Amino acid sequence: MRFTLRVHRQTGPEAPGALVQYSVDDISPDTSFLEMMDLLNEQLTAKGEDPIAFDSDCREGICGMCSMVINAQAHGPLPESATCQVYMRQFQDGDVITVEPFRAAAFPLVRDLIVDRSAFDRIMQAGGFISVHSGPKPDPNSVPIEPGTVELALDAASCIGCGACVAACPNASAMLYTAAKVSHLGLLPQGQPERYERVRNMVGQMEDEGFGACRNYGECEAQCPKGISIGFIGRMNHDYLRASLLDPVDRQGKMVPQ
Amino acid sequence: MRLDAKIPEAPIEHMWDTHREHLRLVGPRNRPHYRIIVVGSGLAGAAAASSLGAMGYRVNCFCFQDSARRAHSIAAQGGINAAKDYRNDGDSVYRLFYDTQKGGDYRSREANVWRLAELSENIIDQAVAQGVPFAREYGGMLANRSFGGVLVERTFYSRGETGQQLLLGANSALAEQIKARQVEMHTRTELLDIVVIDGRARGIVVRDLVTGEVRSHAADAVVLATGGYSNVYYLSTNARGCNVTATWRAYKRGARFANPCYTQIHPTCIPASGEHQSKLTLMSESLRNDGRIWVPRKRGDTRAPGEIPEEERYYYLEERYPRFGNLVPRDVASRNAKDVCDQNLGVGPTGRGVYLDFRDAIAEHGRDVIAGRYENLFEIYERITGVSPWTTPMQIYPAPHYTMGGLWVDYNLMTTVPGLYAIGEANFSDHGANRLGASSLMQCLADGYFILPITIGDYLSRHPYGDVDSSHPAFGDAERGVRDRIDRLLGIGGKRTVESLHRELGRVVWDLCGMSRTAEGLNEAQEIIPKLRDEFWTDLRITGTGDRLNQSLEHAGRLADFLEFAELMCLDALTREESCGGHFREEYKTEEGEALRDDLDFAHVSVWDFQGPDERPSLHEEPLTFHALPLAQRNYKI
Repeated sequence: MRFTLRVHRQTGPEAPGALVQYSVDDISPDTSFLEMMDLLNEQLTAKGEDPIAFDSDCREGICGMCSMVINAQAHGPLPESATCQVYMRQFQDGDVITVEPFRAAAFPLVRDLIVDRSAFDRIMQAGGFISVHSGPKPDPNSVPIEPGTVELALDAASCIGCGACVAACPNASAMLYTAAKVSHLGLLPQGQPERYERVRNMVGQMEDEGFGACRNYGECEAQCPKGISIGFIGRMNHDYLRASLLDPVDRQGKMVPQ
Repeated sequence: MRLDAKIPEAPIEHMWDTHREHLRLVGPRNRPHYRIIVVGSGLAGAAAASSLGAMGYRVNCFCFQDSARRAHSIAAQGGINAAKDYRNDGDSVYRLFYDTQKGGDYRSREANVWRLAELSENIIDQAVAQGVPFAREYGGMLANRSFGGVLVERTFYSRGETGQQLLLGANSALAEQIKARQVEMHTRTELLDIVVIDGRARGIVVRDLVTGEVRSHAADAVVLATGGYSNVYYLSTNARGCNVTATWRAYKRGARFANPCYTQIHPTCIPASGEHQSKLTLMSESLRNDGRIWVPRKRGDTRAPGEIPEEERYYYLEERYPRFGNLVPRDVASRNAKDVCDQNLGVGPTGRGVYLDFRDAIAEHGRDVIAGRYENLFEIYERITGVSPWTTPMQIYPAPHYTMGGLWVDYNLMTTVPGLYAIGEANFSDHGANRLGASSLMQCLADGYFILPITIGDYLSRHPYGDVDSSHPAFGDAERGVRDRIDRLLGIGGKRTVESLHRELGRVVWDLCGMSRTAEGLNEAQEIIPKLRDEFWTDLRITGTGDRLNQSLEHAGRLADFLEFAELMCLDALTREESCGGHFREEYKTEEGEALRDDLDFAHVSVWDFQGPDERPSLHEEPLTFHALPLAQRNYKI
């Protein structure tokens, strides 16, 4: 198969960016999209040009490192797939394919197709945890958890943190990501003590990072490689509203000296 | 130097407790003065960094990925073992110990394996407390499933993404410590050297992968949690970035490397579809329960599998192992697939594949039953290959996916360099010559949550804190070395790409030091690898510069280390004149073709000591003793 690629090239955050055209020939349909990019890079290197910088690691759709917008869709045309799970057989011979980075103000560009998604890590650090230290813990079966609850928590926890939801959203909103993280812990009994403080802190950090607001476009769910449901955003909004109404002092109760 | 494993003097079931009770501690007031470096943020690294941070130590944690959450532990699918005996099926610490020891073909250190089995229960408790959503039964209790090589159900799981859920647990603990400013996280930062001053590990030299800046970090102790070296084969189930650099740098700074030839080749992976292939994907080996493995009897048979009549199909496992058929152990299944492909009977575009056929199982059990068992695996397969296993047999081929060898560590997980620790897959300690399924996650977390945080205090408490910083000349020397090497790499100005050289190294190591090995082949490899290394250093081409993000440069640095490491791996395989677990020497097999151990001469850990760039490393032996479980021939047939 042969393709014409229009790839976003940019040497650094301050440098101007542009779509540069390349052609690749003799591509087997069983080649993955990233392997096709590898081949192109080998050709560029042979010609003495700089290869195209792009992120990828596990190449089996779980680490969340790969991040390309292919023909205006985050992770490309295949539903519920990461970029690394896209194969060339999903395109037509002779196609012109446009490859761009995950664009968002909160994801500054590093080079070519690589962006800085550390804002996601900072949202996690703002409260995406249950405060426990390592050491002896009670037996997990002492707190039975209804399997449906665990499955729902797991649906949320399946988020691979790739940032496709942000890239897909016209507002570059990180609501789906944050909601998935908030819901995972907020659904489980272990996550209850910090439930409202967590949502307050994580949403606050999300806003500080400069992500846009949610307008219910639904593109995030449609382009999420794990198919995370937009329903979690509703759940987060519910928790956030409750957290804003709760007075933290009241929640802790008062000690009245006798 | 004598290898002192520091195994406590106590009955095996009391060893860890006794040891713990006699370790020196660092008090909570003093812990903030000690700086610890943790390299790697997978299960072992994140668990260690978060635990140490929570204790009050000042931790710096490094990873080469853009986020700590992306470490390759995340890709583990199946589950994690723990001797909880929730199923009331007779499980116990002893049984988990027994299975691990036997599975490792009696080439692990008993004391470590026992401790691992003992700590397995705490890991599940810890993970659940962090919010890891393990599968539950209808009554809300934790669910279990069974895994290869054992007779009990002790594996805990979260769908097919147990690794991701456990890593997110450890990662959330890490996030908490980052927020508390106990841990400082350095992403997109790669270790390029280790600094040893007066015989103690005192820091590391790293390169910022975005800016290209080379800088030093000093500490009171350094922990390597940098994973395994399967990517020496180029094609493996590891992530693209997995590399041997940290452990190899440590080796060259005096940490000894143990059993580098112990690698595990998983029998059921999706085969390479051509030269362009960049990595391999594992398919759960549970498929062998219902799939029948075969190849055409006729060489070069290009007919579609469905058109090949029954009598022209070679069900080689069923014919060769009539009692076990398709369910022979991993290593046997892998070796036989290689054997039929070596006879040019293999299928697929590269001729390196065998069929795994569900036709008969679907006919016998019906589509619904098979879908209930394997639907998601069929989907994964179809997604990658574009072929539906419902109508066409799967093609599978073995692939490297785990390395049991690693840096030698004592019972405290310290390498032979004082103050330098190795945890998780990066060390050698618990899996002998073959790892059992669902045991790698267990070992990483036992090391990171429970063992290292206690044992490291014993070392730290014996030394003053903060007596060295990165202004010490040793750091300057190491930085210069790192910069010179980068300049050298960029200045070669040859013609070949890193990718092509890595592919070539992979082919050599796979052919000569892969599933089966011979003295002849290993000697040949020892001659080819140095030549390839010369070619690398004279004909490599890297474009771009070192002062910005340059992925070819990163890859070249890692390949340069693989090119040195591969030679040691082959030397170790050549020296170990026996077959055990994943190390199969053609010269040493039973009449039935199984691995034949030589317990008289080789019941030891082979520990290699670097002697200089062009010198042969010296070999030391740590004898293995077998008190709790006497040596026996591994047998899964009766």
